[in-house]
Amino acid sequence: MSRIREALENKKSFIGFLTAGDPSLDRTEEFIVEMANAGAGLIEIGIPFSDPIAEGEVIQAANVRALSAPEGCTTDMIFEMVARVSKRVSVPLVFLTYLNPVYKYGVDIFCRKCRECGIDGLIIPDMPFEEKEEVLLSAKKYEVDIISLIAPTSEDRIQMIAKEAEGYIYVVSSMGVTGVRSEITTDIEAIVKVIREVTDTPIAVGFGISTTEQAEKYGKMADGIIVGSAIVKIIEKYGEKAGKYVYEYVKGMVEAVK
Amino acid sequence: MSKGRYGIHGGQYVPETLMNEIIKLEKAYEFYKQDKEFNDELNFLLREYAGRPSLLYYAKKMTKDLGGAKIYFKREDLNHTGSHKINNVLGQALLAKKMGKTRIIAETGAGQHGVATATAAALLGLECEIFMGKEDTVRQALNVYRMELLGAKVNAVETGTMTLKDAVNDCMREWTKRVDDTLYVLGSVMGPHPFPMIVRDFQSVISREARAQILEKEGKLPDVVLACVGGGSNSMGMFYEFIKDESVRLIGCEAAGLGVDTDKTAATMAVGTEGIFHGMKSYFCQDKYGQIAPVYSISAGLDYPGVGPEHAYLKDTKRAEYVPVTDEEAVNAFEYIAKTEGIIAAIESSHAVAHVMKIAPKMKKDEIIICCLSGRGDKDVAAIARYRGVDLHE
Repeated sequence: MSRIREALENKKSFIGFLTAGDPSLDRTEEFIVEMANAGAGLIEIGIPFSDPIAEGEVIQAANVRALSAPEGCTTDMIFEMVARVSKRVSVPLVFLTYLNPVYKYGVDIFCRKCRECGIDGLIIPDMPFEEKEEVLLSAKKYEVDIISLIAPTSEDRIQMIAKEAEGYIYVVSSMGVTGVRSEITTDIEAIVKVIREVTDTPIAVGFGISTTEQAEKYGKMADGIIVGSAIVKIIEKYGEKAGKYVYEYVKGMVEAVK
Repeated sequence: MSKGRYGIHGGQYVPETLMNEIIKLEKAYEFYKQDKEFNDELNFLLREYAGRPSLLYYAKKMTKDLGGAKIYFKREDLNHTGSHKINNVLGQALLAKKMGKTRIIAETGAGQHGVATATAAALLGLECEIFMGKEDTVRQALNVYRMELLGAKVNAVETGTMTLKDAVNDCMREWTKRVDDTLYVLGSVMGPHPFPMIVRDFQSVISREARAQILEKEGKLPDVVLACVGGGSNSMGMFYEFIKDESVRLIGCEAAGLGVDTDKTAATMAVGTEGIFHGMKSYFCQDKYGQIAPVYSISAGLDYPGVGPEHAYLKDTKRAEYVPVTDEEAVNAFEYIAKTEGIIAAIESSHAVAHVMKIAPKMKKDEIIICCLSGRGDKDVAAIARYRGVDLHE
């Protein structure tokens, strides 16, 4: 069984996201440790990309901050940071990035480096089910789970995707791009029910979740919730000093989702 | 491997949220392209509204002046809205209506595709929103106002390099927010399948007409067919029916900006490498970590860091050649064709004209070149004046 699945099964987890290199890779390392200490069950690390088409304004801005940092923030530098931080935390770590940085790096080398530095899974928002062969063989070879996304529009595709899902299933709660939302109108329970007919792979709900009320609500429907923009906003606000604020926020959300 | 492949290129690399929508679009297109009523309606619009067929014009003075091959221009600049973009837009907007959509959205670089989309939306009674890089809204301010006159909302995109690629990003983001009533009318032979196929099919009217016209005028096929390439829609339209004619050389002219040996260039075929972006596998200007490079050209319509997947395939199979043309060469051609033939051609099309000026003198007098004049250059006059240091007071 994969490390991810093991970590998320039979409990309710909080999954936190941040963008690597925002505001610097040293701070990213610190924030990951803070999130793990606060009880996050898994951490998604965004590799910044010049053109993140699935992201809303908050994470787009984080990508810009990371890529324009004076010391730079390349994929190789991120691998080095992950190699350090994976020795300090025990929760699974996952990369979220777009297909081009993986493809250009070389899919096989990329997956091998993931394994070497302690990355357990990959989320690639612009790689739908039909295109996952692009990385699947290498990912399997190096035991890196490919995390599948299911959207409010997936309908007849839900079970096809769920059947082959690895690690956890990322249920996209809302139409559009990432970002904090006051109201989520998608019928998550109905989607979860359809998924459960074909697989018991853990399910996490993301896109738009920021409050403890939402954490509680969606925690009941799924195995975990994913929060990105709300954490990135804290990092945007407090910069280098965001560590303790990230810790406090994650701790509150971990309690709420339980 | 997904559908919509041109060799290794193409594919459908989009977020899951859009997958069902592009599958629906493909099914609708496969149905309507066989549908007599749809084709009759589209052909009526192309003829009575857009002004097709466009002329195949023999540029006698230019031919004489350059002293080599006979030069013909396919006059897409004479279409309604002033460019080839209307061919595709009428097709896609009609398709949107048939699919029950009430709103269309589109990206635009120079503003030509935006203007064409806003025009079709006005004609067919669809709501319309255009996404345009903020820098381009400044470079092509007149086109912004034209779109607004036509009833479209223009969103100035302030992310990234604030040019065409960022307009595509924001348009895709907008589409993921709202697919139920909205169709993304993509302006070039790029993006995820089925867009490269749909746009190519709608644009292939250019070469279908040109091939018949040259056979009628000259009784033989051309030796060279030329067009400018950004995303590649006018060139794919100009090439398509000639691909099977192996004796015809196909040449795509890309925007080299200040030169392919500088970082101020948009010549994807010359400096790009294989990648996956904007829904497709193709060639892109990018760094070694796959970050998409900021590109530059005087032409907002060619200022794009990628190229359509079918062009990538034509390059791989060597069926077409791609050559870089600098800002300076394009501006010279812009001025040359104005003075020689009395045609103010778009700065995009002037990239192709510049290459005609290079090759025509070296060709024989009984050889024939057809160059696509994809658009008219009224929109570029102010920019050319600025380039030449002329202070205009409009």
